[in-house]
Amino acid sequence: MNATPTRDGFGVELTALGNERKDIVVVSADLEDATRAEFFKKEFPDRFFTVGIAEQDMVGTAVGLALEGFVVFASSFAVFMTNRAYDMIRIDVCQNNANVKIVCSHAGITVGEDGSTAQCLEDLAIMRVLPNMTVLCPVDTIEAKKATRWMANNYGPFYMRTSRSAVPVITAEADPFVVGKANVMREGKDVTIIACGLMVSESLQVAEMLKKEGIDARVVNMHTIKPIDIQMIVESAKQTKAIVTAEEHQIMGGLGSAVCEALAQNYPVPVEMIGMNDAYGETGDPEGLLKKYHMKDRDIAQAVKRVIKRKI
Amino acid sequence: MAHEYFSWSSFKGEFVQDQKMDVAAFKAKAVTFRKQILEMTHMAGSGHPGGSLSAVEILISLYCYKMRHKPQEPHWANRDRLIISKGHASPVVYVALADSGYFPKEELGTFRKLGARLQGHVHRKVPGVELNTGSLGHGLSVANGMALAARLQNKDFKVYCLMGDGEIQEGSVWEAAMSSAHYKLHNVCAIIDYNKVQENGPVSEIMNLEPLADKWRSFGWEVIEADGHDFDELKKALDGFDAAKKPYVIIAHTAKGKGISFMEGKSKWHGKAPNKEELSTALKELEG
Repeated sequence: MNATPTRDGFGVELTALGNERKDIVVVSADLEDATRAEFFKKEFPDRFFTVGIAEQDMVGTAVGLALEGFVVFASSFAVFMTNRAYDMIRIDVCQNNANVKIVCSHAGITVGEDGSTAQCLEDLAIMRVLPNMTVLCPVDTIEAKKATRWMANNYGPFYMRTSRSAVPVITAEADPFVVGKANVMREGKDVTIIACGLMVSESLQVAEMLKKEGIDARVVNMHTIKPIDIQMIVESAKQTKAIVTAEEHQIMGGLGSAVCEALAQNYPVPVEMIGMNDAYGETGDPEGLLKKYHMKDRDIAQAVKRVIKRKI
Repeated sequence: MAHEYFSWSSFKGEFVQDQKMDVAAFKAKAVTFRKQILEMTHMAGSGHPGGSLSAVEILISLYCYKMRHKPQEPHWANRDRLIISKGHASPVVYVALADSGYFPKEELGTFRKLGARLQGHVHRKVPGVELNTGSLGHGLSVANGMALAARLQNKDFKVYCLMGDGEIQEGSVWEAAMSSAHYKLHNVCAIIDYNKVQENGPVSEIMNLEPLADKWRSFGWEVIEADGHDFDELKKALDGFDAAKKPYVIIAHTAKGKGISFMEGKSKWHGKAPNKEELSTALKELEG
């Protein structure tokens, strides 16, 4: 299977958009090489602004440009952007409802060897709690491109997380991508695994493993964390009566929490949650880290068996 | 390099009423502003009179003299922008906007009331307000973004940014100050309301800013100091911005609570509204 980092999809599509539209501008804080905003910078240096290593200033500058009519993409690492510049995102971007698209690479534990300070495991939680913000987590490079285009074409604040490590390409150009509408990647009747990002391909592997054991798992790609697709969650709960969530993020506050909020208020069924369990990561190779912190196929498979036992 | 990113026309001398510095009239206006600030914070039962009273002459000089704007058309593309980075100075900002005709003066009585447009900290719901603020240290970065946009769009509007003195203790201000100079944003004018007092006491004791002018100079800014309550000095300082070759900062020396003897220089009037007796004493003093 072909595998590329989702950040590449962002950089490629951003540059394509730059060609098509003169109102697209990019701000950066000296990480454009890593976030792939550099692709745009090379083509359109006069519409690219770095502010140096100053994320707070980057977000404010983005808002000033946006309020004057530009569609502004601001990119950095997820940790620096969402954690350090949170006050600016909350007030300047979200309370002013500015047309700023925040795209952050290096989200999740698969950042790997850089260790815990660089591994952002709380971005989905702290971004989705902000009114006016839409939160995206594309599953692969193709979806990252579609998400980038969607953000450019739709007014308002967006947050999109992308990966540093290569992730399998599991969607096709022709597949539909609509923000707020999850995609069923595999049908199944015994359990639904709702995942985002890298964990979708992991869940598809799990589904194949479980098939041999007679368990038929549905897999949903929840690429939009906010607004969450309540209809898809409820429909899955009704059909399979049990749900497992899987994300490369703290269990508290992220995709799993959003799914549970929807279920608790609409159609409660047993849920098991895969993600980081209230801990920070450490230095290591991405695969090793996913194993050590229980975010691998075997962990999802065990969660599926537990949740099926809990079915009412 | 010239850019033509938008079909929006650049400024072609559209008619804006020429504004003159009329010191006698502005002094009378300042008294009215101070009364309104005290009355509206008293009616609200809360608010920030201290840092509003210190900025009265600055805002009169901007809205009634220096800035190009059309109160009947708040989103006019070529207006000069004013970012109120010290968002708690909402009383004086709303008074100035009402005075210019952005909304009826009667609305000042709704300040801080549920359902009102006049939010506790300045808010874009209010015609004439460019940016919601309230957390300090945000405005200058946004001003820079607007100034970059003006450059990309070939527009000649100016961007002003009013900041508090305590506010510039925030590190983000200095990130922005570096950016303004790096991008040679000589269409940005920062104005510091240097009233020397912050929430818990004198700025010099809490976190000294001096040597303040040197700090800005060393960051690549053109600096001018002025008595922020003297219209002639403010005029000179603001006119100096026309020929600026660098980002331009006016350090306006002011007094917190200016004009009311029992409020002047007192930190307790940073965020406290006058009660009925205090209001009455203050109004009498203003009426002389």
